[in-house]
Amino acid sequence: MQQAVTMTPGAVPKPARRSSNLGDTLFSAACHAAGGFVLLLLGGIIIELFIGGLPAFRAFGLPFIWSTEWDPVQEVFGAGVSIYGTIVTAVLAILLAVPVAFGVAFYLTELAPPWLRRPVGTAVELLAAVPSIIYGMWGFFLIAPIMAQHVQPAVIDSVGELPFIGALFQGPPFGTGIFTAALILAIMILPFIAATMRDVFEQVPPVYKESAYGLGCTTWEVMKGVVLPYTRISVAGGIMLGLGRALGETMAVTFVIGNANRISSSLFGPGNTIASVVALEFGESEMGSLKLSALLALGFILFVLSFAVLALSRWLLRSRLKA
Amino acid sequence: MSATMTPQGTNHGANPGVSGPAKDKAVAAALGRSRKRADIIVRSLSYAATAIGLVFLASILVTLFYKGFGAMNLSVFTEVTRPPGSQGGLLNAIVGSAIQVALATIIGTPIGMLVGTYLAEYARGSSFGNAVRFVSDILLSAPSILIGLFVYQLLVLPFGGFSGWAGVAALSIIIIPIVVRTTEDMLALIPNTLREAVIGLGAPKWKMIVTVCWRAATSGIITGVLLGIARIAGETAPLLFTSLGNNAWSTNLNGPMPSLPITIYSYAGSPFQDWIELAWAGALLITLAVLLLNILARSVLRSRT
Repeated sequence: MQQAVTMTPGAVPKPARRSSNLGDTLFSAACHAAGGFVLLLLGGIIIELFIGGLPAFRAFGLPFIWSTEWDPVQEVFGAGVSIYGTIVTAVLAILLAVPVAFGVAFYLTELAPPWLRRPVGTAVELLAAVPSIIYGMWGFFLIAPIMAQHVQPAVIDSVGELPFIGALFQGPPFGTGIFTAALILAIMILPFIAATMRDVFEQVPPVYKESAYGLGCTTWEVMKGVVLPYTRISVAGGIMLGLGRALGETMAVTFVIGNANRISSSLFGPGNTIASVVALEFGESEMGSLKLSALLALGFILFVLSFAVLALSRWLLRSRLKA
Repeated sequence: MSATMTPQGTNHGANPGVSGPAKDKAVAAALGRSRKRADIIVRSLSYAATAIGLVFLASILVTLFYKGFGAMNLSVFTEVTRPPGSQGGLLNAIVGSAIQVALATIIGTPIGMLVGTYLAEYARGSSFGNAVRFVSDILLSAPSILIGLFVYQLLVLPFGGFSGWAGVAALSIIIIPIVVRTTEDMLALIPNTLREAVIGLGAPKWKMIVTVCWRAATSGIITGVLLGIARIAGETAPLLFTSLGNNAWSTNLNGPMPSLPITIYSYAGSPFQDWIELAWAGALLITLAVLLLNILARSVLRSRT
């Protein structure tokens, strides 16, 4: 404003200047507000789930987390079984998925002929695009019968007879259950882990690999001695990302886990997870009931679990994200 | 690992009859064989792993086509859902899904683009920007069922009932971080010289972003939006708590609204054969739509780069 008095020759035309300043201010404010909105969303999710779960936390206290009772008639609720089921299925899924994902990433970065890399990579990524409910139907109508008729009877008769680990593979072959749920989860998280591994493997400077090949290393020795040590932190981050996805997966698990509120010693036994309990029991809980509050409290626990795992994953992958 | 043996090393060999260079050669050959064997084993396992992944994808697609095409007929698209036994279709579910997904995309895309623009153009290195990026990445992988519960607490409980708008809200929360990620990534690819040229011509920053940066990033942003649509079109869990589902024809966003994933979920778990068949038809429709959107998104990106 003061500059208007000093009549500098060739001064910028004032009106145009002012309107563009206004445009800049508005646009910048809109962008900042949108950024703040994302923070508010996450904060809102945490707070709303906690407030919703508060009556259940008040009624049962800290033992809610490990209590294994779930009795809607007596209005006694505990999260123990579903937390157990959530963690067991997710960890088992990781154990099944990681070796296969590594194999896929190894193939895509080192073994596949160049013309085959993109189609195979795309096919594996399409596996990630298939909606969760489709995995549920496929698992329920195709995989569960195969498990019940062929896989589980064979395993129960062979491995189930062994001492100690045999107990994990006993009981009637229902087809559905903890193990089938973990298997479906493993297939669902496979593309996420494989894609992360492929991306970080590709970031290894070619000079390192070429030097190792020049020393006479085989492809596997280059992977084991050069690529994996170089990328191990990011690989761990990719695995954590898969774990985070497996923890909160709902529809596919609901179809195949058997939905029983008990911790069975056998992996073939039925169980439930936090997400499957919330999805199934929600329809039968009235607004404002203690049961609904218990479900929201379960949601809060799931949020804390997956937030921790996903945050760890981001932190491990930070070097990759910067690149 | 090394094949060169010290003299002491050769003395501990399994074959005491041979010594000197011949022994060294034998050891080196044996070592080479075992290294090659390890390499071949791991390679074969890697081929097997890739084959397993592809077999699963093929199995899902074959199952869907086999069961879905068997159940597909014209009434799937012309009739609404009916009680078991009477010839029904999925028309209301398809339309309900289309409305909710379209509205969620219209609401979520501008917000996601603004956040992505903020991260790429304004927030370089700031701690607020890092927090926004971190939170957006968490939301990208957060369980969608929790977003459903959140919207239930926020929009269903206070307003006394399930509604299509609540479903739209849940789906737009899911699509926002997807658009954020692609927008930021695409804007980051634009060379700074382009920005400097625009600013050097005297254009204000917002004009630079809207007319140059966004235009240069268009194909990338479209890819992100298409992938986002593909993702929310198949989302089931968040809709359970928000738009609930409806067996009648309904385009009223203030009441419970039907959607394809919810209908598939309730029909697939039912004991009625004709409902299960309709569920397969719906599953085939949704998977085809999602996979086509994915392939389309990839080709949009590839055509420009």
